[in-house]
Amino acid sequence: MPVYNESRKNIIRLIFISLFVIIIIRLFTLQVITSKYKILAEDQGMFRKVVYPDRGIVFDRKKNAILQNTNISDLMVTPNKLKGIDTAALCEILGIDTTQFKKRIIELIIKNGRTRPAVFEALLSDDKMAKLNESLYKFTPAFYLQERSVRSFPFDAAANVLGYTAEVDTNFLKKHPGEGYVAGDYAGMTGLERTYEKVLMGERGIEYWKRDNKNRLTERLEKGIYDTMAIAGQNLYTSIDVELQQLGEKLMQNKLGSIVAIDPKTGGILAMVSAPTYHPNYLTGSERRRHFSELFLNPALPLLNRTVSATYSPGSTFKTLQALIGLHEGVITTDTRFSCGGAFYGCGGGRPMKCLDVGTFDLRGAITISDNTYFANVMQRVMNNPKYPNPDSALLHWDRYMYGFGLGHRLGVDVPSEKTGNIPTPTYYDKVYGSGHWNFCTFRSVSIGQGEVNVTPLQVANEMAYIANKGWYYTPHVVDSIDGGDKFDMLSKYRKKIIPTFIPDSIFEAVHDGMQGVVDRGTGAGAKVKDIVICGKTGTVENYYHGVKQQNHSFFCGFAPRDNPKIAIMCVVENSGHFGGTYAAPIVGLMIEKYLKDSITDKARVARLEQLSNLNLMPPRIFIELKRQDSMRHSKDSAYLLSKGYIKLIRDTVGIDEDQVDKDELEKVKKEKPIDSKPKKDTSVKSDAILINDKKLNRTADSIKTKKRNTR
Amino acid sequence: MYEKKAIISNDKDWVMIWLYVIIAVIGLICIFSVEFKADDNFFKSIIAFKKNYSKQFFYLIACFVLATFILLMDSKFFTATPNLLYAFGVLLMVATFAVGKSVNGSRSWIPLGFMNLQPVETCKIFTALALAKYLSRPETDFTKTKSQLLASGICFLPVIFSLLQNETGLALVYFTFLLPMYREGFPPVYLVLGASLGVLLVVSLLFPTLQLVIALTIIALIFFYFLRRKIKRDKGILVMIFLCWSLSTCFVGLAVPFIFKHVFQKYQADRIFSMVGRDNPFVEHDTTAALMSTTTKPIKSDNENYNVKQSKIAIGSGGLFGKGFMKGTQTQGDFVPEQHTDFIFTSLGESFGFVGCTILMLLYLGLLLRIVFIAERQRSTFSRVYAYSVASIIFFHVAINICMTIGLAPVIGITLPLMSYGGSSLFTFTILIFILIRLDADRQMVLR
Repeated sequence: MPVYNESRKNIIRLIFISLFVIIIIRLFTLQVITSKYKILAEDQGMFRKVVYPDRGIVFDRKKNAILQNTNISDLMVTPNKLKGIDTAALCEILGIDTTQFKKRIIELIIKNGRTRPAVFEALLSDDKMAKLNESLYKFTPAFYLQERSVRSFPFDAAANVLGYTAEVDTNFLKKHPGEGYVAGDYAGMTGLERTYEKVLMGERGIEYWKRDNKNRLTERLEKGIYDTMAIAGQNLYTSIDVELQQLGEKLMQNKLGSIVAIDPKTGGILAMVSAPTYHPNYLTGSERRRHFSELFLNPALPLLNRTVSATYSPGSTFKTLQALIGLHEGVITTDTRFSCGGAFYGCGGGRPMKCLDVGTFDLRGAITISDNTYFANVMQRVMNNPKYPNPDSALLHWDRYMYGFGLGHRLGVDVPSEKTGNIPTPTYYDKVYGSGHWNFCTFRSVSIGQGEVNVTPLQVANEMAYIANKGWYYTPHVVDSIDGGDKFDMLSKYRKKIIPTFIPDSIFEAVHDGMQGVVDRGTGAGAKVKDIVICGKTGTVENYYHGVKQQNHSFFCGFAPRDNPKIAIMCVVENSGHFGGTYAAPIVGLMIEKYLKDSITDKARVARLEQLSNLNLMPPRIFIELKRQDSMRHSKDSAYLLSKGYIKLIRDTVGIDEDQVDKDELEKVKKEKPIDSKPKKDTSVKSDAILINDKKLNRTADSIKTKKRNTR
Repeated sequence: MYEKKAIISNDKDWVMIWLYVIIAVIGLICIFSVEFKADDNFFKSIIAFKKNYSKQFFYLIACFVLATFILLMDSKFFTATPNLLYAFGVLLMVATFAVGKSVNGSRSWIPLGFMNLQPVETCKIFTALALAKYLSRPETDFTKTKSQLLASGICFLPVIFSLLQNETGLALVYFTFLLPMYREGFPPVYLVLGASLGVLLVVSLLFPTLQLVIALTIIALIFFYFLRRKIKRDKGILVMIFLCWSLSTCFVGLAVPFIFKHVFQKYQADRIFSMVGRDNPFVEHDTTAALMSTTTKPIKSDNENYNVKQSKIAIGSGGLFGKGFMKGTQTQGDFVPEQHTDFIFTSLGESFGFVGCTILMLLYLGLLLRIVFIAERQRSTFSRVYAYSVASIIFFHVAINICMTIGLAPVIGITLPLMSYGGSSLFTFTILIFILIRLDADRQMVLR
């Protein structure tokens, strides 16, 4: 027993204690002082999962949901569980072959790894779903269905008004920084979906999940106490009457053109038909991409909302406004008579402006039979009014009336891509002809709504509401109220009554008389509806496409009933030929009947409805273009084109994000200080909406052609 | 005689027993927290013997039975049979070559049906007993070199076998027998030399060379400062300090880089460094070489590197008080490989933070100091040597295992005593500790 070694026990103790102290110090630095490991741990152990709320639902005036959400399933696959699955059977259901199946699986493994579930096929179509549901048990657990909320349109109507959602691109992300969008999110691209995006999208929630070493989400962190709830989007109540909308779409099938109906008392839009339209459900489901490229390349431009994005010369519908100005300026009275000897000779030489009915008319009669000479004389008197020192100031004054009527500027409707239209200004004529080198005779065709005047169908309908109300209107709008309050102050501007210039009721009465005459015994007799007093005005609009004169546009606008107007409506049928009364008037008649009487029961009227809706008035150039496209068989490539940056081109075509060129000029005119500004680029176009867009379309077609050639 | 014995067997060291139970239960809870998922049925999975925690639960019960059994045995059995047991242990290790089973690349397991036995692990008990037996022989004079060599032979024979079985980590455990030998009079020079070389090697792997040289110089200056009076009297101390300093500096600054650059193949050096979770600092990292090396480099090295990183993240994210029981994102997400066995400490570190870790460390330290205390109260050399052997084995395991998880030591597959999952390890430590308790209970009786 070597006692002398006993002191060594203390050294051994010291060794034990010192090493433990070192370890504790190390632990202290690692756990308490350094924060690096906490961040690393959060990065790899936690996942912030964004929960998307349901978008808001859109209701029509009778509280029918016209845009809502449904669930469509994605087929999900976990590659490492694939063993022993009857792939052949699955391929048959999905309509793919086994090589394709393998290819997809390999791609998914590369992208996502073996253990994480990934989307094998997104947004299954209904028939595939039905087949899969029967036999899904065979493919579990490798395959399962995951529901996803997508937009659906129960009435399959009002596509252009409601719009569609799509995945945001980098451009969108740049324009909306700090709003929480990330690549892969969906956002409204057109229609109400776009305008009310903020309202409809709701608030996203965040769930904190634990993540394991293979990057799979395992469970909620702390059972979800840190999570924030997703808040569903707010619902929109619109003024749309979906049945009226459907009737309008039916009437306008196989035609180009549009119908806009407004409730004059509120400015709420009842129907907004742009023809041709498309099935809105086509742009939600699994075939979205294919449908979109088809629609985009269709020469009839179904994605274009013609009610706000197409502009036309208003034609004779313009005469109602001319009458108001003439009367209010005092250059004519209701009894002033002009006679037409076959044409307007007030300007001497040049191309004479024909009138169709030879004779002498007072104001009411001139409106009723749409006498060109009468209104040429009216405008000539306005322009040559000694009150104004020169044509400049006279035209400026006239312009102010027109802006007051809602023309020449954006009305501010809540459907995006609204065009300004055009009311010619002195500045413009100074540019073209030189200051002092022009007078009324230079632009006399403006007096009957041809020439430089351009309007959108919505502006015409609004002008009818203005006349119906005898001097005021509300800015037309689709959305009446927002469920849960107007948090973003988007609706207040639609609550303001707009009274541009005070015009006495007597003047309106005279115009109403003339307009009633149009329907009762004049050019618009086709609009006549039993027991309803309709005031209307026809228009037959000459137009040019690529400099070639086309068939006339058929216009009709009006309101009813005369004493207590409940609907102001306009219809345009492009390139229909004949007169405004031929096609547009009966369509308006049927729409008014439907809205005011709630249904069309009379047999003759039903027959008329069917006859009109079966009528095909597509201009031949559309068919020629379609044929050309078919022969190129490029439909497959269009998806490719879409992916290669042609999105912007599509944007241009559907008229999103246009710049506000005319706004500055408008401001100047309002101040009555004509100052030289930059010349407008494209002024010689008569009917620009169709022209410009068709040009673009041709360009697209050409580029497709060259692309084709290159790839060969 | 009978009456006396009854009194003595009541003299069990309850502090030891309680420390043992507490640490083992903490271990069981940690294994449970790693593996238990919220939707499992608690009782069903405990009973089922399928999950690791349920197995460990039954192992623990078996250990209690075993411990009772040992406490009921006559302590003379342990003093009488060590040579036989040692021979049996060596035989088992030899047998491994014939009937061994490969687990994780080392062929050191003997399958017993209900569990796998690792003879290297169990042989620690036999070696401790044999060493105690040898040193307590009346004819052994431990001051003689011959007996020192013989004692070393007893300790290091199992090392050879475990090296052959590719169990480097477990082989290192046997070097801790130097501690009891030191207590019995083994010259300290070897201990200091061996320990400092080991420390220097590990440290030179962990830290950049320049920092080390600076640190060593500072240490030398501190020694110089404290010993300045003695140096005035004896210049030899100054020479000693200078020699130590220059030797260790050369070792760190020249020998280690030389060995890693020229003696080892690149992949070997990489592997050693990745064991401590670092990139090889002695090789320029160019991409082509990296690409070339991926073909030859064993995947294991990456895994070990990953182990240490993940374990540091898990422990480091625990903070002062931890994330709470079963709330650790890292351990619940299975980020740390082997977290129920070698890296069980990570789950404790993440769930209970620095405070929990410190409490566990204090428990272990308490256990160790208690054993030293027990050792010193023994009258027989056998018991004392055995007690010191137990203490040093536990010490080595705890220190290396925890250093491993916090990146202070290379990953060498050493379990955390009483906590790590695994029957072999748990049984070994139970037997080690309870034999000691049994011997201690009879300390009044055995006079030798």
